Amino acid sequence: MGLVVPWIIGLPLAGWILNGLWGGRLGHRPVGWIACSAVLGAFILGGWEVLALLRAPADAAVVVRLWEWIASGDFRIEAALRLDRLSALMVLVVTGVGFLIHVYSVGYMHGEEGYSRYFAYLNLFVASMLLLVLANNLLVLFVGWELVGLCSYLLIGFWFEREEAARAGRKAFVVNRIGDAAFVLGVCLLFVLFGTLNFEEMARRVRAVPSGQLAMATLLLFVGATGKSAQLPLYVWLPDAMEGPTPVSALIHAATMVTAGVFLVARLWPLFAALDILPNIVAAVGAITALFAATVAVTQVDLKRILAYSTISQIGYMFLGLGAGSATSGLFHLTTHAFFKALLFLSAGSVMHALSGVIDVRRLGGLGRAMPLTTASFLVGACALSGIPPFAGFFSKEHILESAYHAGLIHLWLVGVVTAGLTALYITRAAILAFGDPPADPHAHPHEAPPVMAWPMIVLLILSAAGGFLGAQALGDPFHQYLAPLFEKKTVPPARGLDGLVLGAVSVAAAAAGIVVAWAVYRGRRDPDLGAVGVFLRRQWYIEDLYRAVVVAPAEAVARFCAGVVDLRWIDGVLNGLAAWIARIGTGVRRWQSGYVRQYAAVFLVGTVLAVSYWLFR
Amino acid sequence: MTVPPAAYVLLSTLLFVLGALGVLLRRTALIVFMSIELMLNSVNLAFLSFARMHADLSGQLVAFFVLVVAAVEVVVGLAILVDIFRTRDTVDVDEVDLLRG
Repeated sequence: MGLVVPWIIGLPLAGWILNGLWGGRLGHRPVGWIACSAVLGAFILGGWEVLALLRAPADAAVVVRLWEWIASGDFRIEAALRLDRLSALMVLVVTGVGFLIHVYSVGYMHGEEGYSRYFAYLNLFVASMLLLVLANNLLVLFVGWELVGLCSYLLIGFWFEREEAARAGRKAFVVNRIGDAAFVLGVCLLFVLFGTLNFEEMARRVRAVPSGQLAMATLLLFVGATGKSAQLPLYVWLPDAMEGPTPVSALIHAATMVTAGVFLVARLWPLFAALDILPNIVAAVGAITALFAATVAVTQVDLKRILAYSTISQIGYMFLGLGAGSATSGLFHLTTHAFFKALLFLSAGSVMHALSGVIDVRRLGGLGRAMPLTTASFLVGACALSGIPPFAGFFSKEHILESAYHAGLIHLWLVGVVTAGLTALYITRAAILAFGDPPADPHAHPHEAPPVMAWPMIVLLILSAAGGFLGAQALGDPFHQYLAPLFEKKTVPPARGLDGLVLGAVSVAAAAAGIVVAWAVYRGRRDPDLGAVGVFLRRQWYIEDLYRAVVVAPAEAVARFCAGVVDLRWIDGVLNGLAAWIARIGTGVRRWQSGYVRQYAAVFLVGTVLAVSYWLFR
Repeated sequence: MTVPPAAYVLLSTLLFVLGALGVLLRRTALIVFMSIELMLNSVNLAFLSFARMHADLSGQLVAFFVLVVAAVEVVVGLAILVDIFRTRDTVDVDEVDLLRG
C-alpha cells in the first residue's frame, strides 16, 4: 500500500518531465494524452488508496519514509509522505477535478502556442499540490507550498508577452511571498517549540508548549494561509490572476492553489484548536473576507473577476467553518466548491472560447440558445454557489453556518447569512448579464464547446448538482462520518432537529431574496449605476488603492531611488571612477612601452646588473 | 707556458660585453642575433673555466645544455627573422615596433 503513495505524485511529475523536455517535438495529441493520463493515473491510485483506507481503522495513516532529507545536529527532517483520510480526500479532489480541467484544456488550448509548455506546467502544478497535501511534516509541505506558488506564477503569466499577464504573475508571486515569509517564520518557531515538524508528533505534544509562543507560531502560519488562500489582507493577487488561461483559473480556484490554506489549517487543526482565541480569529477573518469579497463581486463587470471574488468569498466560508470548530464542514465546502467553481470557470472559459476572448458581461448576453450546455452548466454552478437545495453548495454552506451558529459565533453567522444573500445576488446578476436576453452584440455567432470541453463540464455539472448528498443528513452524512474521526475531539457535531431546519430555512431564504433582488434589478440585462456605493465596492473598498499608496508606491519609490541614485550614481560612480583612474594610470604608463627591442634589452641589462650587484655587494 | 685561468674569465667577460654592446647598438636583426650567440658562448667559456678552476664537472654539463638550447634558439629565431623579413621587408629591429603602447 505504501509503495503506491509516491507514485501519486510521481505520475504527474513524470508527465511534467516528459512534456517539459520533449513536448515540443511530440505534437499536440501525444502531449494532451500524456498530461491527462498522468493525472488520471494519479486519480486512480488515489481512489485505490481511499478504498484501502475505508477498510482500515478510521485514524489509520500510511506513512512512507522516502529518505532522510536534512540531518544537522538535532535538526532532522525526513522526506516522508503521509496518506490519511484528510490527504486522501485532497488527493481525490485535486486529481479528480484536475483531470477534468486537463481534458477541458485539450480543447481550450487547441492551436495555442506553447501547448506543451502549458501542459507541463499544469502537470507540475498538480504534482506540487499533491506533494503539499501528502506531506508528513511542515517542511515537505512547504516545498509543495512554494512549488504551487511557482506554478501559479508560471501559469498566470502564461501569455507573458502581454504586459498585464506578466504583471499579474509577478503580483501573485510577490503577494504569496509575503505570506510565505510569515509561514517560514512560523515553521521556525514551531521547530523551536516542538523540536520536530512532524504533524503527528506536534499534535501529541501540543499541551506541553507555552501557549503564547504557540499562538504566535500558529498565527504566522495562518498569515501564510491567507496569502495562499487569498483572504484578507492578502487577497489582492487572485482577481488579477484572471490574466491566465481560463482552465488555469479553474485549477487555481478549485483544486490546486487556494485550497492549500484551508488544508493547512485543517492539517494543523490540533495546534489551532489548542487555544480558544485562534479558531475565533480564523472564523472572523473568514467571515469578514466572505462578506467583503461578495460585496465587491456585485459590481464587477469581468465575468472571471466575478468568479474570482466569489472564490475569495467562498474560501472565507471555509475558514469560517474551520474556525467554528467544524473542520469537516470547511473541508466539505472545499470539496463541493471545487466542483461548482470549476464548473463555473469552465463555463466562463467556454463563453470566452466561443466569442474569441470577450469576457466583459456588458458585451455578452443572449447566449442561452446558442450555447445550451454552457448556459445550463453556469446555471447549475450558480445554483450550487448560491446554496439552493438540493445543489451541492447548499449542503456544505448549511453545515458551515450551522456550526458557526452552534459555536456561539452569532454575529459571524449573521455575516455568513448576509453573504449568502449577496452571493445569490451577484451570481444571478452575472448569469443574467452574461447569458440573458437581449444580446449586447446581435451579430455575434457563438458556438457550443467541442465535445472534449463539453464532457468535463457535464461531469462537473452532475457533481455540482448531486455532490452535496455526500453530506446530506438524511443519508447519515457520509462525508462527516468519513472525516470526523480525524477531528474527533475538536469537532462540534452539527446539531440535528428543528434548530438546524430553521437555520437552513434562514439561509435559503437569504439566497432566495438575493435572487429575487437580482432579478428585479438586472432583469433584461440592465446594469443600473449604484453611484458612490458602486464605486466604493468596485474599487474593493479602496483596499487595493490603500495598498498602492502605502506599500506599492513607497516600494516603487525606493526601487526608483535604488535604481536611479544608488545604482547609477553611487555604485556606478565608484566603479566608473575606479575604472577612469586605472585608465589614466595606464595612459601614463604606456609611454614606457616604446616598442624598441633595443631599449628593452638595455633596461633588461641595467636591471640585471643592478640585481646582481645588490646580491654581490650587500 | 700555461695560460692562467683568470685570463679565460677575462676573455669571457670581454666577449660578453662585446655581445651586449652588439645587441644594444646594432639595428640589423641578424647582427643582434649573432651578438646574442656571442654572449651565450662567452658564458659557456666562463662555465668551462670555472669548472676547470674548481675541478667540478657540473660547469661542463651546463655548457652542454647552453649549447643545445642555443642551437634550438637559432632555429626558432632564424625562422622568425625570415618571416619578419617576408612580411615587413626589413630586418631593422627599430622598425619592428608593433608592441609600442
